[in-house]
Amino acid sequence: MSGSEIFLQQLIIGLSNGMIIALIALGYTMVYGIIELINFAHGDLFMLGCFAGLTLIGLLGLDQAVAGTSGTWIGLILLLLIVPIFCGGLNWLVDRLAYRHLRESTKLAPLVSAIGVSFIFMNIGLLWGGIPMKVFGFGRAAAAPKAFPELVSNANLLGQSAVEFTGKDVMVFVVTLPLMALLTWFVRRTRAGKAMRAVAQDRLAAQLMGIPVDRVIGQTFLIGGGLAGVASVVFAVYNNTIYFQMGYRAGIDAFTAAVLGGIGSLPGAVLGGLVIGLARAFCDQYLETRWTNVLVFAVLILVLVFRPSGLFGSRAKEKV
Amino acid sequence: MLLQLEEVHAGYGAIEVLKGVSIGVEEGEIVAVLGANGAGKSTMLMTISGINRCRQGRILFDGEAIQNRPPHEIVQRGISQSPEGRRIFPRLSVRENLEMGAFQRGHGNGLGDDVERVFTAFPILKERQSQLGGTLSGGEQQMLAISRALMARPKLLLLDEPSLGLAPMVVTRIFNIIREINRQGTTILLVEQNANMALHVAHRGYVLETGRIVLEDTAANLISNEQVKRSYLGG
Repeated sequence: MSGSEIFLQQLIIGLSNGMIIALIALGYTMVYGIIELINFAHGDLFMLGCFAGLTLIGLLGLDQAVAGTSGTWIGLILLLLIVPIFCGGLNWLVDRLAYRHLRESTKLAPLVSAIGVSFIFMNIGLLWGGIPMKVFGFGRAAAAPKAFPELVSNANLLGQSAVEFTGKDVMVFVVTLPLMALLTWFVRRTRAGKAMRAVAQDRLAAQLMGIPVDRVIGQTFLIGGGLAGVASVVFAVYNNTIYFQMGYRAGIDAFTAAVLGGIGSLPGAVLGGLVIGLARAFCDQYLETRWTNVLVFAVLILVLVFRPSGLFGSRAKEKV
Repeated sequence: MLLQLEEVHAGYGAIEVLKGVSIGVEEGEIVAVLGANGAGKSTMLMTISGINRCRQGRILFDGEAIQNRPPHEIVQRGISQSPEGRRIFPRLSVRENLEMGAFQRGHGNGLGDDVERVFTAFPILKERQSQLGGTLSGGEQQMLAISRALMARPKLLLLDEPSLGLAPMVVTRIFNIIREINRQGTTILLVEQNANMALHVAHRGYVLETGRIVLEDTAANLISNEQVKRSYLGG
């Protein structure tokens, strides 16, 4: 592989992973935008989505399926429909049970709750890995990483080229780009989307306009969770390994992306996700993988110190 | 009586702001509530709108008790508010701000017609319809805030300090608008520190002092009342 081929390869990997990070970051940033809560459970919600996806694969009997057959395509589409509903519904439920009652209390209260929910989710993931299904290794070694079957072929679409651009990369972009366009349209053009922005900008004024604020906040959790669910499926199909602590790293990556882009900003979250994805890929290649997490944390700290409003952020910094 | 407050108590935490307030608003009236800063005027409006809890007493609208109903239900029943400080959505366009005022009615339902009506009444808002709300001047924001509250097609419009922070000429303009809105059939409950202006548009008035109604009369009588002159009309 020549130098430029290596660069191109890392660019592809970085962009694909970056799009996945961006999807998770969107859920962070939307919830923050509307109730100024850093939802620390968001990464773990993403993890549970992966486990739900693998369970579904087991139930559909797709664990031995060969990539590219009609069964795997149908399976992938089913996963992309059901897992987001699961994650969105779960996120909505958590807001309803754990955060809604704390709306009028100090900002620290829901934040601490979110950390608690994160632990609960992680332990549910651990238990989930122990259920006696074939896809989970019949429940032996619950904490061990689980293999996620190849639903999309890994064959190189560029033929004999040393640079690999596979169906998986295509899948990432085919799923995430239209979804982001849809989200942009929803937030900018629809009545519900405008209400969401109104609540984010001035909750009291929104109430006085007759906007049912709690329902709008619930919708935000639903959509943010749904995006995390899509990210779960795309991630699991792209990377083929899931484990119960994966939400922590994904959460840090996505949170950094959201802060980098300016928390509360949707385009910022996408750009931040791509930057983090690329930074990870290039760091893996040109430095060493063990420095990659250090790099992400360094970015987080540098942004918080020198530009807390991020690239697209407009508001003054909120204290968390 | 369109709106009736009966012995309403409300407050924040241990502090009681409204200590048994009773007022009434007849259909078609403009009623002004005067009072110094901290007398409880805004608290009263926020309690009517369902934002603050009514701890004791009743609020009747069209004969039905509406105290402690959720704010969106209050709007649905026909009471909308233009709050103190205007509270325009700063990063929504002027048109989107108006659309949010009609949220309870849903899209369709004559929304476009109502927006056009606002634009006819306030050409400046039409000119700036795609501009962000936060970029408007104070007077324009006040026009937008009142128009936005009217988008709900309320029977009763609550106005909290519509003259606050505006130049005298703009204040006159705003009060002419208020009179015109009332002439077209909307009942108005107006809370103001600018007692002079308020009493000149209102039919009746109340004076609120530290959470209690201390005076109630027609606007004309209140203007010539010695106590009101001394405390609220600057002489």
